[in-house]
Amino acid sequence: MPIRTALAVLTATTALVLTGLWVGNNVNMLPLGASSNASTYDDLFKVLFSIGTVLFLGIVILLVYSLFRFRRRSGDMGDGLAIEGNLPLEIVWTAIPAVVVLFVGLYSYDIYERMGGMATLNDHMSMDHAAMQQVSVKEGDSAGRVWGGIGVAGLDAAPGGPVLPVEVTAMQFAFIFHYPGADITSGELHVPTGQQVELRMEARDVIHAFWVPQFRLKQDVIPGQPTVLSFTAIRAGTYPIICAELCGPYHGGMRSNVVVHEPEAYADWLQQNTPNRTTA
Amino acid sequence: MTLANPSDFNGNLQPQGWLRYFSFSLDHKVIGLQYLVCGFIFYLIGGALAGVIRTELISPISDFVSRETYNEVLTLHGTVMIFLWIVPVVNGAFGNYLIPFYVGARDMAFPRLNAVAFWLIPPAGILLISSYFIAGAAAQSGWTAYPPLSLTTPAAGQVVWILSVLLLGGSSIFGGINFIATILKLRRPGLKLMMLPMYCWAMLGTSILVVLSTPVLAGTLILLSFDIIAHTGFFNPTMGGNVVVYQHLFWFYSHPAVYIMVLPAFGLVSEILPIHARKPLFGYTTMVYSIMAIVFLGLIVWAHHMFTSGTPPWMRLFFTIATSFIAVPTGIKFFNWLATLWGGKIALNSAMLFSCAFIVNFVFGGITGVALAQVPFDIHVHDTYFVVGHFHYIVYGGTVFVIFGSLYHWYPKFTGRLLNEDLGRLHFLLTFVGFNLCFAPQHWLGLNGMPRRVAEYDPAFTTLNQVSSVGALLMAISTLPLLINVVVTAINGKEAGDNPWNALTPEWLTSSPPPVENWPGEAPLVTEPYGYGQHQEAKA
Repeated sequence: MPIRTALAVLTATTALVLTGLWVGNNVNMLPLGASSNASTYDDLFKVLFSIGTVLFLGIVILLVYSLFRFRRRSGDMGDGLAIEGNLPLEIVWTAIPAVVVLFVGLYSYDIYERMGGMATLNDHMSMDHAAMQQVSVKEGDSAGRVWGGIGVAGLDAAPGGPVLPVEVTAMQFAFIFHYPGADITSGELHVPTGQQVELRMEARDVIHAFWVPQFRLKQDVIPGQPTVLSFTAIRAGTYPIICAELCGPYHGGMRSNVVVHEPEAYADWLQQNTPNRTTA
Repeated sequence: MTLANPSDFNGNLQPQGWLRYFSFSLDHKVIGLQYLVCGFIFYLIGGALAGVIRTELISPISDFVSRETYNEVLTLHGTVMIFLWIVPVVNGAFGNYLIPFYVGARDMAFPRLNAVAFWLIPPAGILLISSYFIAGAAAQSGWTAYPPLSLTTPAAGQVVWILSVLLLGGSSIFGGINFIATILKLRRPGLKLMMLPMYCWAMLGTSILVVLSTPVLAGTLILLSFDIIAHTGFFNPTMGGNVVVYQHLFWFYSHPAVYIMVLPAFGLVSEILPIHARKPLFGYTTMVYSIMAIVFLGLIVWAHHMFTSGTPPWMRLFFTIATSFIAVPTGIKFFNWLATLWGGKIALNSAMLFSCAFIVNFVFGGITGVALAQVPFDIHVHDTYFVVGHFHYIVYGGTVFVIFGSLYHWYPKFTGRLLNEDLGRLHFLLTFVGFNLCFAPQHWLGLNGMPRRVAEYDPAFTTLNQVSSVGALLMAISTLPLLINVVVTAINGKEAGDNPWNALTPEWLTSSPPPVENWPGEAPLVTEPYGYGQHQEAKA
């Protein structure tokens, strides 16, 4: 009966969508979020997880149901129905993925923009211009760099006050952090909560990658092509820094920590470790 | 070389019996089986290498092999599985065996080139494996061989790796040219393009990708070898070279390579499903256009492997959109397969179990793939175990499952005997459970902080890595019932007859195994390779 079939399909689809939404919102697959863009990332993840669950379960249920309902009975040597196609149906299942993909694309564009990824698109020309003007500027000046990574919006000014620059050197098999303002060199990265940090990254030998899972950020550190990565930490704690690009035998051991302090604690750390203070 | 009538050299001049499988045979069926067996031997070698990786990862410290050896093993594993198992088998083995039947020809367009293409593979494979023993150290920079790492690791092994991949790339290009020529030029009179079985379209699309993109990889690797041997500076940053340019060139081949591995599998599934569901392939025309759309889109998505390489924002946006849209033609194919099953009379034998599991696995890998295409999502999980899980769902859960399904489906054609179904179901069960146990947990590991290509990891990840290793062990065990089945059945398996599946595609309209030159008389004209159910209606 067509009406009963339609009702059954409608009920099944509703149940499926609700299941997908529930899974996306309640099954936690991600580590703790500790940067300002982590929650934005997690929103995107929930949406993708929900859509993915609906599509995956839907297709698997349909497949298993078909295999059961249309199984060949023993002794039946006949053929199935000679249906070679159905144009309206094919248009529908071209349109559904197209709409889903379009939605996902637009949504992730929006997320990317909120993370600051597209800000450089607008500033790209001026940045290229600046780079060209200062082509002879010695290395170490951030104006001549390729601005890689996301979270690079507002390189000049950030809502949390002035940007904290940190120079990162990646080598086989360690990260070295240098604070140009205080002349501190450290094997661990220390940053305060609430202030935008700008990592100016260079590689000595081969390609490395700077990854903090709790920040949901990763940027390759490329020899011959300095990169910049900006982020704002929002939750105090110690999180791993992981090299994510194969860089040699000890690649798996190329790890460090980022210690996120409350602003006061960060000021203490800065004071204790600034070389001038200890000698004075 | 001309489009010669191969009867000149396929007759009595060729060695007969089992010896022909070790000869420079020009028979496309012999060459197809040569590809298949050779590929399977390399699958066992690549699997053993995977076993080393999964054994090392049972514990969070580096304690099974040395760190250098571990990097050699992961490099060889990737290279062997891609270039010596999946690409040669899904293209060379089934392509060579089936395409001449499907176009109604007695052989491939260029039989000698065909034999050369196959005989490049064993020496290239032996060269690659021997680099571990002879050159002192095999390549250690992963199958991607990114400079400057590939310029600084032991040079001999890296150069041998490049030579081997160049030989295999050459073999692939020869095969691609041959398939294009055969499909377009060797069709039997009266056989139009839109009458061809779907695997022909898949191989046409794949071969276009092979011919367009493989030379780019070859050129790139030649430049890389100059950097290593002659100390040029194409990719050496200390000499003004650019390492990101290498990545662009590498992925211009290596993303299409995914479709070179997956499109033929799509084609094979399109042959298997209608026969065992007793229904026509649903939506033939949209299937053809989907393949061609995937070929086109597959060529313009390579930079999604480089979202963290300092690529400019506009480039990330473009490649996100292009990559996402591959989901549309791919989705069409999956819905068409489901519609093919709907209303059929499905025999759930081993061939169908593997084919249906392919649908499940590939949909999962496709969904994580669309997620990975989104820049903000990718920036967190790029180069992590999430990606390792994703691409194994595509190339193993997708293509390798189809290879196994195809083996059960076409084994009676190859030998005249049916594979044992009980052993087949056991093989399927072990493979399916082992595969999912091995690769599903890796998604969580990647999301939570485990990068790929590491010999040591955070102890918090120990349990899931052990689960993954147990899955790998099951996968290793799963090859035993398969091997036993193939060997035992070849000797005293159930006689299959010429057409055990009552199939309508042309390879079944001759004896099993088929004679040299395929048909005793003229090749049959099959205008409706999927015309199931029509005769019934005519009777009714």
